[in-house]
Amino acid sequence: MSSADDEFLQARHDDAVSAAALFAVDPASLGGVALRSLPSPARDAWLQLLRGRLPADAPWRKVPLNIADGRLLGGLDLSATLAAGRPIAERGLLGEADGGVLLLTMAERLSTGTVARIAAVLDDGELRLAREGIVGALPARLGVVALDESLEPDEALAPALLDRLAFALDFDGLRAIDVSNSGLDAEAIATARGLLPEVRLPEALIEALAHTAVALGIASLRAVWLASRAARIAAALDGRVLANEADAAIASRLVLAPRATRLPVNEPQPEQPEQAPPEPGEADAPPPEASSAPDQEPSDQQPLDVEQAMQDVVLAAAAAAIPPNLLAQLKAGGQGGKARASGKSGALQKAATRGRPAGARRGEPRAGQRLAIIDTLRAAAPWQRLRRQELLMRGNGDGSTPRVLVRREDFHVARLEQRRETTTIFVVDASGSSALNRLAEAKGAVELLLADCYVRRDRVAVIGFRGAIAELLLPPTRSLVRAKRSLAGLPGGGGTPLATALDAAIELADAIRRRGETPGIVLMTDGRANIGRDGAPGRVQAEADALAASRRLRASGHATLFVDTSPRPQAAAAKLAGEMSAFYLPLPQADARQLSAAVRAVTPAKR
Amino acid sequence: MPLPFPFSAIVGQEEMKLALLIAAVEPAIGGVMVFGDRGTGKSTAVRALAALLPPMEAVIGCPYHCAPDDPSEACQTSLGKLGDAKKKTHKVPVPVVDLPLGATEDRVVGALDLEKALAQGIKAFEPGLLARANRGFLYVDEVNLLEDHLVDLLIDVAASGENVVEREGLSIRHPARFVLIGSGNPEEGELRPQLLDRFGLSVEVSTPTDLALRISVVRRRDAFERDRAAFIAEWQKEDDKVRRRIVAARKRLDAVTVPDTVLERAASLCLSLGTDGLRGELTLMRAARALAALDGDATVGDRHLRRIAAPSLRHRLRRNPLDDAGSTVRVERAVAQLFGA
Repeated sequence: MSSADDEFLQARHDDAVSAAALFAVDPASLGGVALRSLPSPARDAWLQLLRGRLPADAPWRKVPLNIADGRLLGGLDLSATLAAGRPIAERGLLGEADGGVLLLTMAERLSTGTVARIAAVLDDGELRLAREGIVGALPARLGVVALDESLEPDEALAPALLDRLAFALDFDGLRAIDVSNSGLDAEAIATARGLLPEVRLPEALIEALAHTAVALGIASLRAVWLASRAARIAAALDGRVLANEADAAIASRLVLAPRATRLPVNEPQPEQPEQAPPEPGEADAPPPEASSAPDQEPSDQQPLDVEQAMQDVVLAAAAAAIPPNLLAQLKAGGQGGKARASGKSGALQKAATRGRPAGARRGEPRAGQRLAIIDTLRAAAPWQRLRRQELLMRGNGDGSTPRVLVRREDFHVARLEQRRETTTIFVVDASGSSALNRLAEAKGAVELLLADCYVRRDRVAVIGFRGAIAELLLPPTRSLVRAKRSLAGLPGGGGTPLATALDAAIELADAIRRRGETPGIVLMTDGRANIGRDGAPGRVQAEADALAASRRLRASGHATLFVDTSPRPQAAAAKLAGEMSAFYLPLPQADARQLSAAVRAVTPAKR
Repeated sequence: MPLPFPFSAIVGQEEMKLALLIAAVEPAIGGVMVFGDRGTGKSTAVRALAALLPPMEAVIGCPYHCAPDDPSEACQTSLGKLGDAKKKTHKVPVPVVDLPLGATEDRVVGALDLEKALAQGIKAFEPGLLARANRGFLYVDEVNLLEDHLVDLLIDVAASGENVVEREGLSIRHPARFVLIGSGNPEEGELRPQLLDRFGLSVEVSTPTDLALRISVVRRRDAFERDRAAFIAEWQKEDDKVRRRIVAARKRLDAVTVPDTVLERAASLCLSLGTDGLRGELTLMRAARALAALDGDATVGDRHLRRIAAPSLRHRLRRNPLDDAGSTVRVERAVAQLFGA
């Protein structure tokens, strides 16, 4: 291992330790920590470190993956209610964790609904309830530790959750957490907790944090205010009531850097002398500008260059902490955010008769719906005494009353949901130009993707185009063998009727969507259209037609991946991809793994 | 409940604030849907509105806080028919009721009082959130995550203004007239078009990109969190101004006239956009009238139509395969064509 790697891991380790200290001071105000790590000694040690620094009586609750609403939010404790003869509420984990920390295991797989419930509590600091006879708001000031055990890039924490958590730590490569040299024990944390309400954050620092967020391409404003809270806590930990640049630098490094979507652009500043960025590890030492008057309150009207310097310090701190693989990640999936949003595939579909159970709702079993027996009995239970009384009053009390009086209004039916099936449509360019340019390689790539689809039980369809026509070589199927065969038999040569191929793909995708399934399109071409919609050759008309078809594709909203098969990526192909708001992936730079990751991004795996 | 952020201190988001004010002046507008990214202050604005609205007169003890001059049948039943003359009234804040995620149906529509049933064997109706929201607002954050059957129920009740509950042989019918305010993040699931069409106004909010605006958002937020009471006191005057504007607009609303030319304009705007049904035109007219009332104008003019065209119509457009521009752009284009640039 090189020393650069060592240094990087050391920084990662130190970040984790300082995040634990900051978070322990006031978990609720920071939202939480996203912790990416497989179960490991380092993770356990970190969690233990954190727990040891929270107040002794602070609750620490674990949320299992598929938690039901009753346990998460709370509800009616039926057995206690019946025993006591009056409604008794059962507190959910969210209410129980008030003043402490909620641990989310396998957080990357939490359902959207669970995430939304937790997010609402993080926003409000209280739990609003309207369930089973209980209405009201319970205090729920808590912080979250989201344990992200994802391996693949397409598995990740829900953005709605990530946005609300101040810190994102990555334990990849960390073997242990060294607690001994952190210097901050539970007592120091408690002192900081007491000091926190007094701490002020100068406006110039808020501005510096806001600047940094913009420079790093962070859209969410929550990031900035989480960072400003972190800065204030950093000051409290240092025993000061006025936050300074060093505090903002820590906040910037821990809160803003992990959210960066781009690297800061160095603006030329001729009037500014070259300034050495502060060592990230030495954040405690105030930077030169601040050292002249470290404890003086900065006036609101600071000279511009001091303000600029402050912003530079804060930005530099963040830039130093940006993960080295950020650029690669951005390249793999940074563009076309809009296309991804509209192309949520494998989406949950409410189904009446098939799928896995997703709770129950009131209603009568009709049209094949299943009666949810437990829920029906639960609904009937509280009313037994009342009903029996009525029965007696009506003179039916000859002792032959049924054991349980169930009425129609008690009926609950099971709610089921199922993943929609995903069909990936491969649109393969087999024209002369493509044949020259590695048709074989394109085929190889498709085969890899096919294997991937097979693993996910997706269906695939293949459209080939060459000469004047686009042909459906393989209607949607799950058979890998058939798909391979149809590809192998695809001859090369002829013109490129791109518009016709796109039309065919849209038509097929629309048909698939009408069946209630989710289509995804993978287009493999060099993008050099030379046959128009009418089948006549002519580059100008062909390109115009291709452009129109691309727009139609975007309007249709199908998720699309554009794989450029030409030897060198071309501006024209990238432009077409932009028009159809597709992911653009030039093949020369893509290896099979990248390709399959990109397809998976377009058509996320089933869970 | 913690003190809400003051309405007038919300930076930017003019379209959302205007839509909420219009709904406060003209409840018949039929609800507001707010779409936006995370952290754009959707919930903040709705809760701020609650603190802003002038209190209303209501019958004491009525679970539906009925107006004294318009008591519902259910109200009279629940008060045991005191006789109309004897009804006492008091001022209550306009309800802004939150429908939390994970709400169960019994608490939304109302159910039998479990305590009374268990302990005393008495059947008594316990009103739900719909009753509490009567004459006020019902706020549903993340509408797209709400169970389908609950969404359908809300829309039904919002349209009819009445909630009917049948339980244990009791049949209860009570008023439930409220303005439905939904919010959602389009990235987390789309809304069904039928549902979308039921909302009168649809507004889009986004995170400000302007640095100065962003800084002032964070700065105000910081000040608010440090000392809520002081921050609210600081904005009291501004909030009062907005409150007075609402009160004045409500008084003025009935007197605002809509000239035939404006009606024609609205109709041809809807026609050129191909919006289905009459709902678009009706919303356009009502919203324009409320806006004129808010602005202190006696007649509705083109400038009112212009400002509310996008929120009234953008969610009613059909997807046009040959025009991939966003719906807001399409509405603006049609407006520019019709009214001249």
